[in-house]
Amino acid sequence: METLLAFVIGGLVAVSIYLLMRRDLVRKVIGVVILSNAINLLIFTVGRVTQGASPLIPSADKVPPEGIANPLSQALILTAIVIGFGMLSFALVLLYRTQQSTGTVDAEAFVDEGPDPST
Amino acid sequence: MDSHTLLLLPLLIPFVVAVATLALRTRPGLQKALNLIGMTGILAASIALLVRIGNEGIQATGLGGWPAPFGIMMVADHLSVIMLIVSALIGVAVAIYAIPNVDAQRVGFGFYPFMNLLMVGINGAFLTGDLFNLYVWFEVMLISSFVLIVLGNTEEQLAGGIKYVVINLVSSLFFLAGVGMIYGLTGTLNMAELAMALPQVEQEGLVTVVAMLFLVSFGIKAALFPLFFWLPASYHTPPAAVSAFFAGLLTKVGVYALIRVFTLLFTQDVGFTHGLLLWAAGLTMVSGVLAAAIQTDFRKILSFHIISQIGYMIMGLALFTPLALIGAVFYIVHHIIVKANLFLVSGAANQLQGTFSLKKLKGLYAAHPLMAVLFVIPAFSLAGFPPLSGFWAKLILAKAGIEAGAYWIVAVAMAVGLFTMYSMSKVWVNAFLPGTDEDVDAGRTPTAVRVMYLPIGALAAATIFISVFAGPVYEMAEQSADELMNSSAYIEAVTGHEESVADSATRVDLDGRAGGVHAQ
Amino acid sequence: MRNSLILRTAARLLVPLILLFSVFLMLRGHNESGGGFIGGLVAGTAFALYAMAYGTAASRRALRTTPQALLAAGLATALLSAVIPLVQGGAMLQGLWAKPLGVKVGTPILFDVGVYLIVIGITLMIVYELDESGVQFFPQEPHPASLPAEAEEAA
Repeated sequence: METLLAFVIGGLVAVSIYLLMRRDLVRKVIGVVILSNAINLLIFTVGRVTQGASPLIPSADKVPPEGIANPLSQALILTAIVIGFGMLSFALVLLYRTQQSTGTVDAEAFVDEGPDPST
Repeated sequence: MDSHTLLLLPLLIPFVVAVATLALRTRPGLQKALNLIGMTGILAASIALLVRIGNEGIQATGLGGWPAPFGIMMVADHLSVIMLIVSALIGVAVAIYAIPNVDAQRVGFGFYPFMNLLMVGINGAFLTGDLFNLYVWFEVMLISSFVLIVLGNTEEQLAGGIKYVVINLVSSLFFLAGVGMIYGLTGTLNMAELAMALPQVEQEGLVTVVAMLFLVSFGIKAALFPLFFWLPASYHTPPAAVSAFFAGLLTKVGVYALIRVFTLLFTQDVGFTHGLLLWAAGLTMVSGVLAAAIQTDFRKILSFHIISQIGYMIMGLALFTPLALIGAVFYIVHHIIVKANLFLVSGAANQLQGTFSLKKLKGLYAAHPLMAVLFVIPAFSLAGFPPLSGFWAKLILAKAGIEAGAYWIVAVAMAVGLFTMYSMSKVWVNAFLPGTDEDVDAGRTPTAVRVMYLPIGALAAATIFISVFAGPVYEMAEQSADELMNSSAYIEAVTGHEESVADSATRVDLDGRAGGVHAQ
Repeated sequence: MRNSLILRTAARLLVPLILLFSVFLMLRGHNESGGGFIGGLVAGTAFALYAMAYGTAASRRALRTTPQALLAAGLATALLSAVIPLVQGGAMLQGLWAKPLGVKVGTPILFDVGVYLIVIGITLMIVYELDESGVQFFPQEPHPASLPAEAEEAA
């Protein structure tokens, strides 16, 4: 399972890097989304994968049963997902506003020309 | 007041102000007053915290009453508190400066709530003793800075903002990947626990990989070579109050994080990691200062100089001797005050003549001699003129470099100092001396600019203060360098026991987790 | 989607149900999966659905307050739950519990209520902002009450 997940993470990272290299800003943002999911999966995997045992304490008990999934990595991922959601929605609104105001989402259009050499 | 509350005040105050200013959206006057009171409160709380740790040593506390390593720890050592004090000082200065500088429209869109949320994030990053929590504070800081940098929606701001947002999102993800891997290696995210656990990790290669992930991530945030291109593309676009705050503080949070992890956590392979840092430091200095030399926009020159100055701080970290770390801490204190002040001056010049371009600014010296004086103090300090603060900072670093035998970096640092002088004199000649063709009328100074003089003058006074009383500042930097070089005090304050007594029983063993967690 | 009679009738019925469900989710989060975040998201979708059917102006009126005010109220509630234990001499964010009338209430629930309000506020801020800045995936004008006229329009 870990090996499979490792390859999935690797594949996702490769896809996201490819998208991040594109000029189209929308593709860049999609690349960021995929990278963020790849890293969530990474945290999930390094927290060790356990099958079929959610980290819930039965109402009669005080301590969780043996062999449950690692709850910490799940909590970390949940936090990261929430943060990622906020960041993504901000990035999309920003992209939309930029497109409205400049009429383009081509990264080349935003290259800084540098100082005017006419001095 | 107990230490727990005192330690959390620098977080609580801006949070309360953020909520209050958000609720008082329609009352800009009250927002301004609250913001100023809040920033002053943070400054007072931080100074109280400094006194406390001076008397009682490093303070640590767990949120929610959980002990380490289960709860999130907040830790205040000298480095954290020095950073808190300096950032609160900039906060107060910007709070005054923003009153005339930030227009009603931006205030209406939430300038003050986000300024305070930014402060929450910055202070949280300085105080936290937990890696994942550091990630969360970074994100709080980022989302507020995203909003502040595009607030106003001018085309220039949006174009600069896009670059800033995308690169910082990627940087955070690198950090998160590093956090995930380090958790997989050790089973903890508490920094003090990690400091004990990392030397025992068998896969040393993976530890170095994590170190590199952190180096890239914090390197982007600190604008280290070759990861700095986003900074000059975005810092010159928002109002001067915002860019001064960013220029003073945001990159320095990255530097702080680098210092923290490369003194506390990644000290196993100093030859490689810190050697790399030293190269990055040299190249950062040179590329920043050379790029600044060809710029003609006041704030762009200053932006590129932030980059070259970051190089000096990283040089102190990379040399990794007690004296070098003193130099780095001293440099950070000096730089935050001076750089924020220069950005404030540029904003005042813009207020007077309506431009940031050095080709159009002219004759400020004749028309506004006070402003000329207030520019010269931070500018000369930045370039390292004796006896101003920048001179002492550079002197300590140069001495540390010579002692460590790294002559080339000292030579680079000195040469970069000369180029800094060139840029500052270019600003002086173009903006302050009279233009060739026509005279500038020396009309009355507008009230807005008079208000701006207040924080500019205060920060200039602070610069002179650290120049004249370099001794006490040096001693504080020395104490933080001691704590950084010898992490056992930090570890003891957080975990409550000595490093030697510590065993791995409290740590969660990821592979045999059934035994680790449930034994509690 | 625009001017759909089915959507508008369904929204009228669904919005209260979704809101009720969101409160249930929030309270359920105390012992089982659920919580303020997911509850807030669900409540946010209720108002988003209303906006989809009747336009953002109508949805804003139905909300009776601004998303910004919800956000401020939520932050204040969460802050309160963090600070109460501090005043009681405990650590910030520590869970304090009481059992008035046999119901177990405590600061973590207060915190969840805060999160619930914050999430509604932020979700709606984004939804309204995107729509009003010109994406226009919701109807722009509140619709006339007369149904036959609408049916013609839709046809």
